[in-house]
Amino acid sequence: MKEILEILERDARTTPEEIAKMLKKGVGAVKNAIKKYEKEGVIVKYKTVVNRDILKDDVQKVRALIEVRIAPQRGHGFDHIAERIYRFPEVLSCYLLSGSYDLLLVVEGRDIQDVSSFVSERLATINNVNSTVTHFILKRYKADGDILKRIERNHRVAISF
Amino acid sequence: MKISKVVERMKPSGIREFFDLVIGMKDVISLGVGEPDFVTPWNICESAIFSLEKGYTSYTSNKGLYELRLAISRHLKNKSGIFYNPDRDILITTGVSEAVDLALRAILNKGDRILIPDPSYVSYEPVSEMAGGRVIQVKTSGNDGFKLTPALLKKYVSKNIKAIVLNYPANPTGVSYTRKELLGLCKVFVDNDLIVISDEIYDELTYDFPHTALPTLPGMKQRAIYLNGFSKAYAMTGWRVGYACGPEEIISAMTKIHQYTMLCSPIMGQLAAIEALRGSSRSVIEMKREYKRRREFIVSRLNEIGLHCAIPEGTFYVFPSIKNTGMCSAEFAKKLLYEEKVAVVPGTAFGQQGEGYIRIAYASGMDNLKEATERIGHFLKANVR
Repeated sequence: MKEILEILERDARTTPEEIAKMLKKGVGAVKNAIKKYEKEGVIVKYKTVVNRDILKDDVQKVRALIEVRIAPQRGHGFDHIAERIYRFPEVLSCYLLSGSYDLLLVVEGRDIQDVSSFVSERLATINNVNSTVTHFILKRYKADGDILKRIERNHRVAISF
Repeated sequence: MKISKVVERMKPSGIREFFDLVIGMKDVISLGVGEPDFVTPWNICESAIFSLEKGYTSYTSNKGLYELRLAISRHLKNKSGIFYNPDRDILITTGVSEAVDLALRAILNKGDRILIPDPSYVSYEPVSEMAGGRVIQVKTSGNDGFKLTPALLKKYVSKNIKAIVLNYPANPTGVSYTRKELLGLCKVFVDNDLIVISDEIYDELTYDFPHTALPTLPGMKQRAIYLNGFSKAYAMTGWRVGYACGPEEIISAMTKIHQYTMLCSPIMGQLAAIEALRGSSRSVIEMKREYKRRREFIVSRLNEIGLHCAIPEGTFYVFPSIKNTGMCSAEFAKKLLYEEKVAVVPGTAFGQQGEGYIRIAYASGMDNLKEATERIGHFLKANVR
């Protein structure tokens, strides 16, 4: 039933009926499996991949990658302080990394000032945050496995043997 | 200007007109395409781009780059346990299509009889005739799932038959054979001393059991011309790289023709093919999984909307029966195109035995398959009482 996840990860609109056909399973079994995955938190939610760069008149938001060095706390390690940080809605993603810094955040704001003030006023002032380095994203080419440029796909002839 | 009698006699593709119709129409969902809808995996493209940048734009040896022949030899050894010597037993061709032509020309004398299953891929018959052969069609039937069986073959074989063309998994039916089924066929081949041209281009797209390469079976290596290529498994149709493996004398005969006609397969395709074999097989496995899901989906949907469709063992084709519509294949395909803008290939394009069937290629995105099966369902409701 894990294949259900593969199918939904590719296209969350695929209906249980369609999945049942693709996997030769009963519709009920597929529905139950999906429910179970949802309940267990394996399926977190269903979202749409949007490329706002194409919407010319849209208010462009600004994203930055932020490297954060933190001092781990006794008894909590990094988790406690990470939670303090990732609970801010400005933080889209938060990863604990090996290497020269500890957390990598993806932060979104209205504009550069918005992100800057988040970093200077909220993030950097948290106890145990030792330093931050902010990299503003200039252009997104590919995100989570999806190439954002429209690739013209159908070069095939209309019919062939 | 007078053209040659052989070409004049060659049957014009009976559905040329239908094809032109499809090409002339807009917004058609085409399930008539005989190639993958995936783009060639990026590691392969990238490697070819790099080789162009380095200036690899020359001829190669007639037989093809040694490095590619070596890679193929190792690949076959790993996959099937069969050994072909890269120096002598392997020829790189411009797609399997060329390999079919070379093999037939290398073995057929004027008037030699050759067995070709009906229905089968469109080129076998005309190319055999161009090589001077006399084609005997082995009429397989939808009632038996379009399978060749020893009993059926025995009706056709005799001392006068020189060779047979085998293609499995098969275009257009998707039929393939288990090892056990093949053993039965092989006995007939050996007993009647047939040369077997085995076109196994769809071998990686076998879903329900492992594919058995013909030359791995007893008595077959010395009589099989094994054909394969990169088009289907690696989504490399446009690169035109295939290969033939077989007994040394056959391969050198084929190389003789190849050196005067094609000279060599394009070097960029050959270099790309090396990367295809050397790189990760992840994309092949992923494509296969995706095709399998589409197969289950389309077979189930077609049966649901009222077209009887057997589950094909391989390829990306299904070959459903349209007999309950009362229409012939050509009429069905034409009407479906006009009324619902869905293109499929009439079964008769692949031989008379294809009458009453259509070929649907599911090498198309799930969205297309969903929409197309909706439309076919609508079409059936409107046209079948």
